[in-house]
Amino acid sequence: MKNPFSVELLGIKMNSPIITASGTFGFGEEFADFIDLSSLGAVTVKGTTLNPRVGNSGIRIHETPAGMLNSIGLENPGAKVFLNEILPRIKKYNMNVIVNISGATVDEYGELAAMLDVDGVAAIELNVSCPNVKEGGIIFGTDPTMAAKVVEAAKKRTKKPVIIKLSPNVTDIKLMAKAVENAGADAVSLINTLLGMAIDIKTKKPVLGNITGGLSGPCVKPVAIRMVYEVRGAVKLPIIGMGGIASAEDAVEFFLAGADAIAVGTANFVNPKITEEIREGLLKYLDENNCSHISEIIGLAR
Amino acid sequence: MVLRKILTDAKIVEQKSLAKDIFLMRLHAPDIAKAAKPGNFLQVKAQRGTTLLRRPLGIAEARGDDVSLIYRKIGKGTAELAAMQEGEIVSVMGTIGNTFNLNLKKPLLVGGGMGLSPLLFYAEYMKNASVLMGARTSAELFWEELFSPFVKEIFVATEDGSKGEKGFNVAFLPKILQQGKYDGIIACGPDPMMKKAVEIAKEANIPVEVSLERRMGCGLGACLSCAIDTKSGRKKVCKDGPVFDGEEVFF
Repeated sequence: MKNPFSVELLGIKMNSPIITASGTFGFGEEFADFIDLSSLGAVTVKGTTLNPRVGNSGIRIHETPAGMLNSIGLENPGAKVFLNEILPRIKKYNMNVIVNISGATVDEYGELAAMLDVDGVAAIELNVSCPNVKEGGIIFGTDPTMAAKVVEAAKKRTKKPVIIKLSPNVTDIKLMAKAVENAGADAVSLINTLLGMAIDIKTKKPVLGNITGGLSGPCVKPVAIRMVYEVRGAVKLPIIGMGGIASAEDAVEFFLAGADAIAVGTANFVNPKITEEIREGLLKYLDENNCSHISEIIGLAR
Repeated sequence: MVLRKILTDAKIVEQKSLAKDIFLMRLHAPDIAKAAKPGNFLQVKAQRGTTLLRRPLGIAEARGDDVSLIYRKIGKGTAELAAMQEGEIVSVMGTIGNTFNLNLKKPLLVGGGMGLSPLLFYAEYMKNASVLMGARTSAELFWEELFSPFVKEIFVATEDGSKGEKGFNVAFLPKILQQGKYDGIIACGPDPMMKKAVEIAKEANIPVEVSLERRMGCGLGACLSCAIDTKSGRKKVCKDGPVFDGEEVFF
């Protein structure tokens, strides 16, 4: 029998359309005790920058109703350490590795894309929407012209598929999607976190060391579904849908809205086996709805 | 050696209040009980809980097939745990973290408040420790009874003077160190207490370990929430700790 989940996305053969979202799954290896990493469609590793970053100080995480705020600030060991130490170490898990990159300048995106054009990297995801860093980051994610420039810079320097992860912190997500499609992006990931904030009523000060942070978890799902639905109507690019997915039912909603693949983020923190449970639930859903392949449900809500 | 972590549903076999807002929860979790070593912690969540993230709680006891957690009700997550009854199910992930130094011959434990919980496991495991405990008031010193079967000496201080010496426990640490020949100090409690304990240990030229508590997301080293600064750079409490050489940590 044909695997109902085997998909080809961006020319990458995947065992499943279930991906893990950057920043929520380390480098994959942290979850090796719990799941078979090779059964995932891909693992998007922690956001990587040209130079190592220690990230933000103070409190970096805060639980909110049905979600959480984070302000890690792109802590990572830098591209060189990733290439020389981490990538060779995680090879044994036989998983598709998508590397999420952040640049402080347009040129840095190009430079990172060139450095990562190596065996073992399946695709590059441009992070133009991190709300937690001062330079670059969100500016590239809220201005269509800048986002397009970042895509062009990366595409010029790598043969790998280039995905761009869009920010929900914009008035019209369709404009952003169209701009990056015209600039040559191969796919879009949406959504990144929503900019948020919490205040400690005892100290009367912001909870997070960085004052603001990115909101994720089940509470953002309706926003994400709406954006996937809108973007599906605006561009032809493959969509990796994400934002609050914590069950197979959530994943189904994303497929119905038009996502070609889905990514699980915050839910990995709560249940390190969640991607396996989603896979089983999806299988059941397909069966109950007389579908033999996941592609049969994509975009049905339109 | 890094142990394999597991995710399991554990039945509550005992849940009792030890003092106001402080509870002991004993869970039937054979694989975790067998693997547990003093210093380790678990990431727990009420099976039908409404909070999103797990809560990191130090292991207070591991006997046979059971592990016990002693925790203070401080927020929504711990309140949900405290409201649970015997027979209900808690989702447990563990064991997580490194261990205290298990080779000490005559350790002195310095604990304040809920920091005494992981030290209790150490005391029972080693049976050679002495303990200096601190609490706000005598009603919170149920710890004395819990520690007494396993320790050589118990020193007590309360902030209000209702039991033992009056003041912070670390104020009495120099005197205790002068009187006994301890080969190591293990401290767990509020950061200012641990900071002071490290300073005193350094002056007395005795090795000191501290067990840290930070807000955590995953407990697996993936979310990078529980970052601390040390002499050898930024570390994660869940992955590199929770036990650290006291002199390495910047409090």
